Amino acid sequence: MDYEPVIGLEIHAQLLTQTKIFCSCSAKFGGAPNHHTCPVCLGLPGVLPVLNRKVVEYAMKMALATNCRINGECRFARKNYFYPDLPKGYQISQYSQPLAERGWVDIELAAGRKRIGITRIHMEEDAGKLMHDENGPASLVDLNRTGVPLIEIVSEPDLRDPEEAVAYLKRLHETLVYLEVCDGNMEEGSFRCDANVSLRPRGQSAFGTRAELKNMNSFRNVQRALEYEIKRQGYLLEGGNQVLQETRLWDDAQGVTQSMRGKEEAHDYRYFPDPDLVPLVVSDDWIGEVGKSLPELPLAKRERFTTTYQLSAYDAGVLTSSRALADFYEETARLSGQPKIAANWVMGDLLRFLNEDKRNIKDSPITPAALAETIRLIESGTISGKMAKEIAEEMYRSGRPPQEIIAERGMVQINDETMLAGVIAEVMAKNPDQLAQYRGGRDKLFGFFVGQVMKATQGKANPQAVNDLLKKALS
Amino acid sequence: MELYRLTIHELQEKLEAGTVSAADVIAALYRRIDEVEGKVHAYVTLTRELAVKQAAAADLALQRGEGGALAGVPIALKDILCTRGIRTTCGSRMLADFIPPYDAAVVERLRDAGAIFLGKTNMDEFAMGSSNETSYFGPTANPWDTDRTPGGSSGGSAAAVAADECLAALGSDTGGSIRQPAALCGVVGMKPTYGRVSRYGLIAFASSLDQIGPFTKDVEDCAIIMNVIAGHDPRESTSIPAAVPDYRQFLARGVEGWKVGIPQEYFLAGIDREVEASVRRAIAVIEGLGAQCVPITLPHTEYCLAVYYIIAPAEASSNLARYDGVKYGFRSRSGRDLLDMYKKTRSEGFGAEVKRRIMLGTYVLSSGYYDAYYKKASQVRGLIKRDFDEAFRQCDVIMTPTAPTPAFRLGEKTDDPMQMYLSDIFTISANLAGIPGLSVPCGFTSGGLPIGVQFLAGRFEEEKLFQVAAAYEKNAGLEKRRPPL
Repeated sequence: MDYEPVIGLEIHAQLLTQTKIFCSCSAKFGGAPNHHTCPVCLGLPGVLPVLNRKVVEYAMKMALATNCRINGECRFARKNYFYPDLPKGYQISQYSQPLAERGWVDIELAAGRKRIGITRIHMEEDAGKLMHDENGPASLVDLNRTGVPLIEIVSEPDLRDPEEAVAYLKRLHETLVYLEVCDGNMEEGSFRCDANVSLRPRGQSAFGTRAELKNMNSFRNVQRALEYEIKRQGYLLEGGNQVLQETRLWDDAQGVTQSMRGKEEAHDYRYFPDPDLVPLVVSDDWIGEVGKSLPELPLAKRERFTTTYQLSAYDAGVLTSSRALADFYEETARLSGQPKIAANWVMGDLLRFLNEDKRNIKDSPITPAALAETIRLIESGTISGKMAKEIAEEMYRSGRPPQEIIAERGMVQINDETMLAGVIAEVMAKNPDQLAQYRGGRDKLFGFFVGQVMKATQGKANPQAVNDLLKKALS
Repeated sequence: MELYRLTIHELQEKLEAGTVSAADVIAALYRRIDEVEGKVHAYVTLTRELAVKQAAAADLALQRGEGGALAGVPIALKDILCTRGIRTTCGSRMLADFIPPYDAAVVERLRDAGAIFLGKTNMDEFAMGSSNETSYFGPTANPWDTDRTPGGSSGGSAAAVAADECLAALGSDTGGSIRQPAALCGVVGMKPTYGRVSRYGLIAFASSLDQIGPFTKDVEDCAIIMNVIAGHDPRESTSIPAAVPDYRQFLARGVEGWKVGIPQEYFLAGIDREVEASVRRAIAVIEGLGAQCVPITLPHTEYCLAVYYIIAPAEASSNLARYDGVKYGFRSRSGRDLLDMYKKTRSEGFGAEVKRRIMLGTYVLSSGYYDAYYKKASQVRGLIKRDFDEAFRQCDVIMTPTAPTPAFRLGEKTDDPMQMYLSDIFTISANLAGIPGLSVPCGFTSGGLPIGVQFLAGRFEEEKLFQVAAAYEKNAGLEKRRPPL
């Protein structure tokens, strides 16, 4: 039988607020174990949570960017379970009244655009981390991460294959990073994904039994885990067996999913409204304010780049892959007045330098102003393209402006025709044999004369002018 | 007169006049504690060294004319309030060695006002109980009859005030835990409006019901303490940013022309004959002061106990989950693995009543039962609140008995949780509705046990309670008695 996979994703994104969601401890990643803690996030007896409004604002940004409806009133709820990384014995999350619901994003597929529904976005606190010493008698608990703000983004079961799932995941990732509400670092766990997967006979509307997949910490692992799980469930169904409702862990090393817990062992989280936190009222004014602060989103920016700057879809895609890169490019294009050439420089030399050093565009030693100036110097004929490459390398190395490098290296191009004519006359006088051969029909020797002129001028001659003048002189 | 017998306002006059020092009072109080504590067992921890230091500082400040509102006033704290560097047990084996690294908001306020801390008072374990008998540290005795309970859960605080082992004390009230022991020990006790006094640093039992309040020897002292501890705290989301009036301003205003509601549901079956007679006499006193006592109805009263015993255990089951042996407090040594450690720690660290309520709360929140229990209880709680809203449209304050009986014998109800729960029948409604309540002594039984009358007012109308209770206290004509210790 032909089976159709049905996939829904649950994404947890850590928000980039300075402080934690319910106390004023630093929310930064890392730090010495248990140094970013206080009585509140340690869950000491008697402490109370106070909501960080920045968290709500960041969550609202993502909700608006994914076309969700923001509820005028939402509530925090307690999710009760025991684990050593959860100091209160419950996680403060949202349950029946989340911050936002019923959104969507569009993803680009080979077959065109597809709209993926978003069920809800809610806010919650992260748990701590356990460190297991295989040989030691005990596990260690680090509560630095406890109380770091998270949003959970739950998709509708609208995804039909691993490629769609990854495209959706990348869209959300890109959006979060664009909004600057999440750093998107999957290795450090600031962007995490769980997947619900089931199969059903193609054409059937009812869903099959689903498995929940966890522990996939890269786009590639999400793809691999989904591919594996779809195959696994397919074999089961083909063989007349049933898929069990269970939670499965992706084993990266072995490339398989393995059962973690079954339906019977599933927790009863005993959710109830947290009496320590009053209902959160989100006014239309507040929503409007946050809406105004939203940056241009990647898709819109891409479209604008292709129309405004006449860039190819590919180039627009590369240049909008991050907000910082897009900003860098736009600034360079504006200052140089040469959007296409600016695109070539940014995508060519600059990205190559940065990639070689694994550096972010934000840390680029070359500023948009410097790059634009270099482009203008080429356009005005002050320097040659070759010089510009050398200058760019030096700018990247030292961070100095182009004029300084040009002055230091005496790199100004010679455009003076009288001067160049003099040099040409000298070269012709020094090479009578080659001149005779050229005039006798050996056209290939033209390049020899160009080379000699460039040599005589230490490469500073304007190549175009040399070409023109040589042609006249040699004929 | 012995210094330990003074009220706060009497002491303050002497301190201001310079006729006594805070050091003198502390010395007198610890002598008194040494004398009677063996019989009463009001304290879990005494903080003599700290008190001596605080007294010296207070005397210095008073000499310089820089004393705070409670400079040199000795106060006892229920052992549910976190005190920096001072063991805070919550009456439980689970926290028997727990030393908080921070002060509760009320403790900060008292410290800043110059109060002196005598010690931490005994209580039912995690404030679950009405007799102080669930304390891991053994029960407290009622100073009026040491074979009887002081009530609970703030029984240690009530007994300490009644036995002159402190001038005033703080307690906490989740279903009557201040007002019921105040009544049973013959002192004044107040539960303020939910959100009026910060809960930050109060070890949570049931977060939507818990409230801190004072035990004092008279109504004026109660107003003095409230003036210091009431007010907004940004560390608590449910704290209300409303202005706090000077409650002492209301003590002498009288109740002429007031309407005082008498809820018929509070004078039905189960109420002790002598208690009812005493409260009826108090009603007559109030009428004699020019107030009109009117019958009112609070129709959902019969559901209060049931609603309370769903909501309070539900919240408690979650609030007490943090006591898992991982980070602080008691940990069983015999756990083989994580799950076993959890089970043994919680089995051995908690007493029977706490475990009963955790199980009850876990059950009512379980999937499949939530709607029938917790959700339904929350809805009925809304109706109970509405009962009071309607009632306060017809009257200024409500007057009821505080507890249905006088102090009962130690051990009398420990095997019958239902009987124990019924001792809070008249006090629970105020917690469910979030309104303030105050219990003031209104007489004695023929056997010499104190009886209390309760006044209730609308949210953030504590001043009305002070006004009516002070007027009653002044005109009740009760003879001054002291516990036979």
